[in-house]
Amino acid sequence: MVRTEDPRLLTVGGTYVDDLREPELAQAARVTFVRSPIAHALITGIDVSAAREAPGVVAVLTAADLDDLPPPPPDSGLTGTEGLPFPLGGHWSEPLFAVDRVRFVGEPVAMVITDDRYQGEDAAELVSVDYEQLPAVVGVAGALAGESLLFPPAGSNVAVSTGTPADSAAFDGCDAVVEQVIVNQRLAPVPLEGRAAAARWADGKLTLWVSTQNAQIARFILAGALGLDPANIRVVAPDVGGGFGAKIGVDRDGLLVAWAAKHIGRALRWAETRSENMLAMTHGRAQRQVVKIGGTRDGRILAYRLEIVQDTGAYSRMGGFLPFLTSLMAAGPYDIAHVETAYQVVMTNATPISAYRGAGRPEATAAIERAVDLFAAEIGMDATEVRRINLVPADKFPYTSGSGATYDTGEYVAGLDKVLTGAGYAELRAEQARRRETGDVLQLGIGVASYVEITAADADGGETARLVVHDDGTATVYTGSSAHGQGHHTAWAMLVQAELGIDMSKVTVIHGDTDLIPMGVGTYASRSLQLGGVALQKAAIEVKELGRKVAAEMLEASEADLELDVDRGVWQVRGDPATSTTWAQVAAHVGEAGLAADVNYTDGKPTFPFGTHLAVTEVDTETGKARLIRHVTVDDAGTVLSPVLAEGQRHGGIAQGVAQALLEEMVYDAEGNPVTGTLVDYAIITATELPSFELLASETPATVNPLGAKGIGEAGTIGATPATQNSVIDAVSHLGIRHIDMPLTPARVWAAISEARESR
Amino acid sequence: MIPAPFTYQRASSVDEALELAARAGEDAKFLAGGHSLMPLMKLRLAVPETLIDIGRLGELSYVRADDGHIAVGALTTHDDIARSDLLASELPLLAHAASQIGDPQVRHCGTIGGSLAHSDPAADLPAVAVALGATFVARGRRSGTREIAAGDFFLSLFETVLEPGELLTEIRIPKPQSAGWSFQKFAKRGIDWAIVGVAVQGPNVALVNMGSTPIRARGVEQALAAGSGPREAAAHAAEGTSASDDLNGPRAYREHLARVLVGRALAEAASRG
Repeated sequence: MVRTEDPRLLTVGGTYVDDLREPELAQAARVTFVRSPIAHALITGIDVSAAREAPGVVAVLTAADLDDLPPPPPDSGLTGTEGLPFPLGGHWSEPLFAVDRVRFVGEPVAMVITDDRYQGEDAAELVSVDYEQLPAVVGVAGALAGESLLFPPAGSNVAVSTGTPADSAAFDGCDAVVEQVIVNQRLAPVPLEGRAAAARWADGKLTLWVSTQNAQIARFILAGALGLDPANIRVVAPDVGGGFGAKIGVDRDGLLVAWAAKHIGRALRWAETRSENMLAMTHGRAQRQVVKIGGTRDGRILAYRLEIVQDTGAYSRMGGFLPFLTSLMAAGPYDIAHVETAYQVVMTNATPISAYRGAGRPEATAAIERAVDLFAAEIGMDATEVRRINLVPADKFPYTSGSGATYDTGEYVAGLDKVLTGAGYAELRAEQARRRETGDVLQLGIGVASYVEITAADADGGETARLVVHDDGTATVYTGSSAHGQGHHTAWAMLVQAELGIDMSKVTVIHGDTDLIPMGVGTYASRSLQLGGVALQKAAIEVKELGRKVAAEMLEASEADLELDVDRGVWQVRGDPATSTTWAQVAAHVGEAGLAADVNYTDGKPTFPFGTHLAVTEVDTETGKARLIRHVTVDDAGTVLSPVLAEGQRHGGIAQGVAQALLEEMVYDAEGNPVTGTLVDYAIITATELPSFELLASETPATVNPLGAKGIGEAGTIGATPATQNSVIDAVSHLGIRHIDMPLTPARVWAAISEARESR
Repeated sequence: MIPAPFTYQRASSVDEALELAARAGEDAKFLAGGHSLMPLMKLRLAVPETLIDIGRLGELSYVRADDGHIAVGALTTHDDIARSDLLASELPLLAHAASQIGDPQVRHCGTIGGSLAHSDPAADLPAVAVALGATFVARGRRSGTREIAAGDFFLSLFETVLEPGELLTEIRIPKPQSAGWSFQKFAKRGIDWAIVGVAVQGPNVALVNMGSTPIRARGVEQALAAGSGPREAAAHAAEGTSASDDLNGPRAYREHLARVLVGRALAEAASRG
């Protein structure tokens, strides 16, 4: 089974926002943003007069023009400790245009609207902004120092502070206790398609075409920000070239495009450049963690504490949600009697942080998987043995972890063993020993990470599906779940074929248009199949029951005597093929009333996929360069619907996960200037740096949904990152090295090696 | 990501290119493969008033054996160099180094002349040309045709001895006296510029990205000439270099890499000698 969307995407190509040739956009003008070049400054003046005179300029807009907006909604009172992914209000509110202060390089200050895209870039250079530079708050340390404040009325850079006070008694019974500061570095999502929007205001209705993961959420946000009735807003998400969490809903840049189209009464379009994307699309991760782990000499972990400082950038778009999720999943797949977590969210003069493939869970896994390796090294036990001793045993499910999550189903030890066997763990260790003995320049590292994660954490938000069978025998699916690369068209058609016997090629899948699908949530948190898929399956079952009634009437048989031959897609009296009645005939018989069902599935529950990754690296001990040479995984996401889609998710996720371990980091200098703002300096991973992955199968069905499905989208970035990091550190552990922060660049690894050699 | 306005002119012969350049004056740039110039223009770090496109001058794309040397036309792409049978047998250092540049897209567009004239010390071919003792042929309306030794060509980052309006047309490389060669490129990813690179041809050792121009590792060459072994000679690799601190590591790391890579290059060259 191949992906049904691929022939189009790989031949004629997709239709992304900037490709749209809708007649409504024929006269659209172009938006170019003027962005702050300074991390932290007061705006003392903006002179747009020269820009207004430039060729092709339609309008130049700043915060002063935002006079037709409703007052901001009342402060929600949320403090960010509730674990909700909402921006903080009050003192911490984020404006649309910067008003009197800029807080990160890339923040929108003004907007130039021109007839033509080229004119925009030239005119934007003519907008003169007077800045009075302020000391930049760089990184967690800068935020906590508090010498410069992003929001002076708040009196602090710490927006959220919560958790359990440290209980040293919890570690009293431990033979060995290890502590480590770990940096989970700031990453840029780098989707192939950057952010893009086109907007038109006509006849009292706003239409926004936007590259988003969630058209319906985007509509909700637009309605609030622009003070419009949602009924007067249509949001359309055409093909979307990747999001990774950074395209949830719509952000301030997209809101400004929509507002400006209404404000000046002309259709507008905007597609950001890669340079803008690197600075003004949200970033991810950015936690400083302190782990403390203790246990007995025979390998039993007794206590674990995780303290997090979340750098949330210049604005808190998600409140305390990301470190909340990290804390919830802190205990990982281990049965640990005492687990404590605490977190702070701090403001820094950098791009705002939001969800990025895993959103809080990779950070939890990275922390405990490093901690387990540190503990194993401390007691001199093989780290896989420590894992085996402490993994939640199969007979303990459902299991509530020390950090408060209730895991549904799991075969954690079996997953670990499958990976160790598949990788040939004993032989790898023997090869490592041989290289150590001969002093090989290329040392071998073997790193393991076991994980459990939470998917569809917001299952109670539900997901919608509408299924219609037409009188030509085709079917149309309207889904609230919105594809941005996942393969919904394939999976949803498979579900229809499996339930109704209508061939996949006859199933059209429509998503991302709020006029057609007013209700829906969209795609994030690995929720699609287990919520949107189940909604569709339920709709298909409803349609089947409708079809049974109609076919019974047509064949003058009792419903109980009818059967659906799913292989042929026909109804018939049981055992009598001569009575075969097609879906087309059944639908035609119904006529105008239609053969359709609507489902809003809200009975779902979060699920907890799990697995183990094993990474084998070769580290050149003379240069510090680490190369991943094998990657073996079990990623158990319950019952798999489409192996090719599941493997695709694992592949992409592993690549991104390895990239965090070895290459990627968004770096800022002491003045808060980004120094990795291009794809020359921000090193995304390529095929050249990756081996073929060895993906082992494991399916432990979820019990909370009828498909038995759990999410697979984020497994790769959760498992691969710590496995790779552990692997590189393992390669040089014989030198006495216990920890190296990510990314494990050649310079960093070599610095650790030379320091270790000097201290010997 | 949109360049400032510029005038675009396309030349259909070298003579025409030189004529257009002479007319356009100091703010004109020749556009060959564009893989270095265009990104700088899109970031508005380079703002030429006139671009003279020489990309379609087939007369400057060739590899041929002349009397005692190999001549490579300045517009020969990296891919053509990497795939040239003549270079594979006569100048394997050049063919191999070209095959390590960027990715296939870059190699099909980027040209040897463009890479040399751009004078980026992180580029591979300048150091290779230096190690090979190449001579560059340049033509200009005012200066006529002149030959410049590779070692005299590079002045600093993005700066060479080429005069405004002068076009690099050919690279002449003497057939090596000594067969041993090696090219060591150290980078984080396959598509990256070298953090440090080393080109060795016989007794010549040149470094990539250890200063503002490609640098001859004179200390290494002298040690080798004085009879030192590869390991001893490599210890001199960082002498006279001026590597900078950057994202890829501090200067001391680059100096260390230079020693390691020179050691490896000399050992490999010796095994081929």
